Amino acid sequence: MTEMQKLYLLVPLAPLAGAVVAGLFGKTIGRAGAHTFTIMGVAVAFIASLFIFQDVQAGHTYNGDIYTWLESGGLKLHVGFLIDPLTVMMMLVVSFVSLMVHVYTIGYMADDPGYQRFFSYISLFTFSMLMLVMSNNFVQLFFGWEAVGLVSYLLIGFWYTRPTAIYANLKAFLVNRVGDFGFLLGIALIAAYCGSLDYKEVFAQANNMAATQIELFKGQPWSLITVVCIGLFIGAMGKSAQVPLHVWLPDSMEGPTPISALIHAATMVTAGIFMVARMSPLFELSDAALSFVLVIGAITALFMGFLGIIQNDIKRVVAYSTLSQLGYMTVALGASAYSVAVFHLMTHAFFKALLFLAAGSVIIGMHHDQDIRNMGGLRKYMPITWITSLIGSLALIGTPFLSGFYSKDSIIEAVKASHLAGSGFAYFCVLIGVFITAFYSFRMYFLVFHGKERFGHAHHDEHAGDHDDEEVAVDHHHGLAPGQKPHETPWVVWVPLVALAIPSVVIGYMTIEPMLFGGYFKGSIFISEHHHAMKELAEEFHGASAMALHSLTSVPFLLALSGVVLAWFFYLVKPAIPAAIKEKVGPLYTLLDNKYYFDRFNEVFFAGGARGLGSGLWKVGDQAVIDGVLVNGSAKVVGWFAALTRLFQTGHLYQYAFSMIIGVFVLLTFWFNRG
Amino acid sequence: MNFVMPDFYPAAAEIFVAGMSLLLLVIELFAGKKKGFGFVVTLIALAGAAVITYTTADGQVSVTFSNLYISDLFGSFLKLLVYVAVAVMLVYSRDYLRVRGLDKTEYYLLVIYATLGMMVMISANHFLTIYLGLELLSLSLYTLVALDRDSSRATEAAMKYFVLGALASGLLLYGMSMVYGATGSLEISAVAQALAHGVVNKTVLVFGLVFLVSGLAFKLGVVPFHMWVPDVYHGAPTAMTLFVASAPKLAAFAMAIRLLVNGLFELAGDWQQMLMIMAVLSIALGNLAAIAQTNIKRMLAYSGISHMGFMLLGLTTGVVAGDRQFALNAYSSAMFYAVSYVVMSLASFGMVLLLSRAGFEAEKLEDFKGLNQRSPWFAALMMMVMLSMAGVPFFVGFFAKFSVLQAVVAAGYVWLAVLAVFFSLIGAFYYLRVVKLMYFDKPTDHAPITASLDMRVLLSANGLAVAALGLAPQALMSLCAFTLLRSL
Repeated sequence: MTEMQKLYLLVPLAPLAGAVVAGLFGKTIGRAGAHTFTIMGVAVAFIASLFIFQDVQAGHTYNGDIYTWLESGGLKLHVGFLIDPLTVMMMLVVSFVSLMVHVYTIGYMADDPGYQRFFSYISLFTFSMLMLVMSNNFVQLFFGWEAVGLVSYLLIGFWYTRPTAIYANLKAFLVNRVGDFGFLLGIALIAAYCGSLDYKEVFAQANNMAATQIELFKGQPWSLITVVCIGLFIGAMGKSAQVPLHVWLPDSMEGPTPISALIHAATMVTAGIFMVARMSPLFELSDAALSFVLVIGAITALFMGFLGIIQNDIKRVVAYSTLSQLGYMTVALGASAYSVAVFHLMTHAFFKALLFLAAGSVIIGMHHDQDIRNMGGLRKYMPITWITSLIGSLALIGTPFLSGFYSKDSIIEAVKASHLAGSGFAYFCVLIGVFITAFYSFRMYFLVFHGKERFGHAHHDEHAGDHDDEEVAVDHHHGLAPGQKPHETPWVVWVPLVALAIPSVVIGYMTIEPMLFGGYFKGSIFISEHHHAMKELAEEFHGASAMALHSLTSVPFLLALSGVVLAWFFYLVKPAIPAAIKEKVGPLYTLLDNKYYFDRFNEVFFAGGARGLGSGLWKVGDQAVIDGVLVNGSAKVVGWFAALTRLFQTGHLYQYAFSMIIGVFVLLTFWFNRG
Repeated sequence: MNFVMPDFYPAAAEIFVAGMSLLLLVIELFAGKKKGFGFVVTLIALAGAAVITYTTADGQVSVTFSNLYISDLFGSFLKLLVYVAVAVMLVYSRDYLRVRGLDKTEYYLLVIYATLGMMVMISANHFLTIYLGLELLSLSLYTLVALDRDSSRATEAAMKYFVLGALASGLLLYGMSMVYGATGSLEISAVAQALAHGVVNKTVLVFGLVFLVSGLAFKLGVVPFHMWVPDVYHGAPTAMTLFVASAPKLAAFAMAIRLLVNGLFELAGDWQQMLMIMAVLSIALGNLAAIAQTNIKRMLAYSGISHMGFMLLGLTTGVVAGDRQFALNAYSSAMFYAVSYVVMSLASFGMVLLLSRAGFEAEKLEDFKGLNQRSPWFAALMMMVMLSMAGVPFFVGFFAKFSVLQAVVAAGYVWLAVLAVFFSLIGAFYYLRVVKLMYFDKPTDHAPITASLDMRVLLSANGLAVAALGLAPQALMSLCAFTLLRSL
């Protein structure tokens, strides 16, 4: 094994070691031991990733197997690494955000009895995510895919005595199974047609797959690659929370805030985006699949943004914003602008992690009150949280020169340049989405940090139910008591905020040129000749500063600006207006408040349908057929038979001898009559 | 008449064991009231025989005593397994016999003679040698079953076993005489040659074959020659049941291979069908009847019938439409089945012995109630054995069933495999019932489990072997195939 291979191996294994130590020996090494070990593990992974990044920059990519897991027939399953610019970028993002979240957790979870368990989980998550992004084959990809899903499940239900958390993690698990079903079908089709699960070998056969037609339904031939890509994308829809498989993400906010930042904003939910970018050689060959991706992404981007407007839970606002931004990335994928999608993935990872952690900081400051209606004017009390939140929000809405601007504007331009079916609709969605994003972001920002101080009014009743859980430490205090003031959080909380705020500001400006137009992803991402979006973008690009200056007069900027102004007007100048509007558009508000009835639909149609089917099968199939005929019936037959054998097994010797003689006689007769 | 000194080397182990039996007789004369030497001498005899068998197993096929006797790898391997099975059986039985006053020198002598009988059966190259070994084994077993002469139940069982055994021996001998009439020889390889040349009276031969197979079926205890099995297993003292249900099955398997495969391979088309009928009947009857049992010894007896049926399935698939390419696979799967059955059988009856004590036979199913509360470790072991017998992955019983079934399917008898699986599923019920009793019912018996350390350790190892062989069946599987390959 070469030096570099060892380094590659070190990246996922260091967090794994941390997770194992903190998980198995948590009691022995104590709280300090747990966070020291896991943070060291992740720090090692981050530093190793930096070295690998340098190595890749020098042109040394790697694609090889480290360990053969099993060979069955022609199919070989390996553990292997594919280290190229796309991978190393993901490694950096994952390990950096994870490191920040680890540090932040020290402060956030300080009072929690499950401290060591939490550190073990997030390190395990880091390991799984790194295995996912570093994989060079579908099996390992699937392993990482499921492993991050598992850790996500464990973390959403981290406070397992809360019924809502258990409901939420179950929901996340089930919804992801739906996505994984599609994903697995895609992988299975690939294995069946290519006889291999290695990326390289599969990509080499992409053209054959495009030429193959299969009949899913009789008389309706589909291109194999379209079916494969849609299957894979359904997996991505589950993991990256695209409509209609998005329903689990808002509920996953039941978990502790650090994991909302790490898993449900910055890393795991982007696994789907990463996977589609990685599979660009396949997706590029199917316009149908790309159109599908485009439309789904556009719907998610716009309609999930609307929901952000009416949420009052600070984390849920950020969660819906995440959904909407994931929609943006997906749209970029559909427009064949993979590098733009990944670029947005990276910038989003920074500013969304920042926003989540800032929200967490606010929550700590407010003594675990998450309702933004009870906040206001926090600017004075939590200056660092305030300024970093402002930076995050500005980055999110796409303020020129900040990171979010570069990535989001590129997405909008790419969609404009795309000529696929559905691109017009998508362009409309992403454009309106800019306005919506600005509006809900600044609605939250103004409600939390500006205006009248609304905290300190006794405890309201929304969380009354939670008080039953005496075991959960964090539930002991909700909100500020009258007269109590919020306070800035300890340094372990705000240092990560600052550390994330810096890239949120500058990373876009610094990296747009090499990443989008400088051929950084050459060799990682394949774009077909027919898809011009990136080419047109490159023609119009004249440097990062020029792009920002030019945008000051463009439609998206004006939309964002008007969103901010409108939010300012509604929530700071005339707070009566939103309430009046709410009155006026009652049905629309109800629709949004019920999240377009997705949950209701799932409950009635899928859950209810499954229950109906289940009870039907139980009554007819189980009680009548299985219990009645098979179980009781066969038990009767067996009993009857057993009684019969007892009749023969009399204990009388002559009878035994007689049966032996009969046996011989029957055999003899049979053989002699046979011929 | 000139007498040629035979080559004793291939039969050295048998000669040694016979010598040890004489030594035991002599020691008994002088030992007086001292106890315990029988156990030690028997174990030494087994250990010595093992060493001799192991060192003389050179991979060559050698015959001696005017071709009456053969020494090959197949035989040596089975003999080694027999020694181990008998030794394990002795350790399990020691306490049981001591508290009942049955650990007389006669017992150990009879065990040695039975072992010798099995060795002779395994190494026979002549129909009469087989018969000799079989009778030596059987007579010893009859006497062993009757050893507790104050027990009317044991005496009755021995009586039935003896009379029916005599009948079976008669059938076997009659069959042999027919084969002799048809081929003019009783030496196994000569019979095979005569058949290969095809100048024999087919009618007489098939007539003889039916009788041979019947005698063999009695020894294996398959339907319709199974009637003795439940009564003997039930009636005999548990230690004797353990003996009857373990090592002799290996000898019977060897006898089947020697008689049918080595000797009458040309008639495979005929005897395969006979065995198939008996196998299907055994699997069906064994599994169904076991459900109705309340006595665990009887239950295990019926379970044994079904297992032997399953083992026979492996023997029925060696030759398909005259094509012999499946033979090795089929016979080695049957051999694997026989070996794993002996392992499981030892463990299950060992468990019954473990729970028995002075004046108490733990032979009712209720006696296993709540075992988990009395001893979680042994409950877990018993559960593993039961699951293995039921054929649950990944215990040895699963791989045994699996390898037989794949041989059956490879030979094209899919219906047979489906039928076997179906009845195995029914059979799973009574194995799982034992598990249920152990884990979910309240104990009726609260006496502490007292057993000597060697028995606890050995029984634990036995139980774990069921799991270990299930996790890594490959070594045993290839040993079976390898030794068979050398003697086919």
